[in-house]
Amino acid sequence: MANAHGYNDFSLGGFNFARDEYFAHITWETLDGRPMSHTMDAGNFLRALMRDVAWGFFYGWVNFDDVIGTVNHYNTVDLYAGSFNGPMKDAGINRTENFPTDDIRQLFEKMLADWTNDGFDPFAAPQETGSPYGHNNGDNMSAITRARELATRCVGLEGDLALRTDESGAPVNRAFADVPQDAPELHPEPGFENEVHAFNLFAFLSRSQVTWNPSFTSVVKNSFMCPTTEEHILPIIHGNDRVEWFFQMCDEIHWNSDHKETGEPLARVIMKAGDMAAMPAYCRHQGFSPKRSMLLVWENGNPDLVDDIKSGAAPQVPVQF
Amino acid sequence: MAHQYKTRFGSLKDYDKGRVEPINDDVRHYAFSNCFEIAENSAPYEKVVFGQNMEYVMEVLRAEGNSPWYTCAHDEFALSMDGEVEIHLVKLEDAQTIQDTEKHGAITVEGDPQGTNMGWMKLGRGHQGMLPAGSAYQFRSSQPGVIILQTCKGDLSIERWADICQSA
Repeated sequence: MANAHGYNDFSLGGFNFARDEYFAHITWETLDGRPMSHTMDAGNFLRALMRDVAWGFFYGWVNFDDVIGTVNHYNTVDLYAGSFNGPMKDAGINRTENFPTDDIRQLFEKMLADWTNDGFDPFAAPQETGSPYGHNNGDNMSAITRARELATRCVGLEGDLALRTDESGAPVNRAFADVPQDAPELHPEPGFENEVHAFNLFAFLSRSQVTWNPSFTSVVKNSFMCPTTEEHILPIIHGNDRVEWFFQMCDEIHWNSDHKETGEPLARVIMKAGDMAAMPAYCRHQGFSPKRSMLLVWENGNPDLVDDIKSGAAPQVPVQF
Repeated sequence: MAHQYKTRFGSLKDYDKGRVEPINDDVRHYAFSNCFEIAENSAPYEKVVFGQNMEYVMEVLRAEGNSPWYTCAHDEFALSMDGEVEIHLVKLEDAQTIQDTEKHGAITVEGDPQGTNMGWMKLGRGHQGMLPAGSAYQFRSSQPGVIILQTCKGDLSIERWADICQSA
């Protein structure tokens, strides 16, 4: 039954979720029985929830902020409050519960659908969407159920992920109006039309309708090029369970890197066009993109890596030198 | 009137490198580098690793003149970050193909490539081309340019992290 603001309340294990016109309220009971609560801006909560749902809980930690988040164990997911916040954990007021992935996914999907108002797109840049606030005024199911765009070999190949066009509903974004839309010259000999292949990656990205949501554009074994367009703030603080690489293809992003167990600040990383940087596996990171920019997120999706991570064999740093 | 945004790309002649600002960490753990700076200091078609994710790598190549002919047992992808580059492709005969289908990374084709001409492509900035497994490929560029290669670490991969990465 909906509350006074038109939104349903949700519960999972010892966690309770409620929203009003401006805020999401998360409450839990500490291990010694004390009631605890946390408040997030409703828009920020929904932007984070959207990524967690769309990315299947992603690699490692998806921190909604410095209190709430999830850890992906790939068949199960931890939901936590304060467990990766040094002072809260020291005070013993944190809570972590583990759930089967399907259980938490279904709960999060229902909450996202119920709490996202008509006109608010959690994937869109703040300047390109309506307001998340106010009394419940409907939903935006088409925006929150977008399928991730995943090439299996390369964008534009026959039978693979298609190029983005005006006709497919992907116009050039306002911030990339100056990005050339020319196509590479292709001169295949007969019979090699699907092997002599290239496409304009920058034009493809200029037509992205979402922010902070990587696609797969080319694949070498388990090496995935996952470019994405970024504007404003990464809605989550990502604590990867493996080294993650970023290649800044245009404009710039400023990253905060903090220790993923405690939140202790470690470094700032200022990335400009042409810069490559790795995020070590012990950090959690959040990016700030002053203008819409193109970022290549480069992931190693080798399924065997999960075992290496669990055993501690996976490297914490990208290279030794 | 809508604001006109200016998208800032880099090039060999005009790039502005960022930085790591350490607070309580070792900057080397971020392996921070810049593809244009690497290409500026590379010989043509040196395959300089600037990203390594276990067996996978990203390499920077300075495109200038004609490269050797390469072949690889798996797909690779070339992204032009600056300049125009042609990529010519030949479907190799069995004698010149890599016999170990699990071998990682490209090798140089010995002698001229023997096989069927597949055609060619011309990439400009932002264009990404496929280098299909089992083909031979050659880069041709009349002006210096920069290519990013998505591949696996192989015999021709060059690692000089201390030279390319911020260390303090």
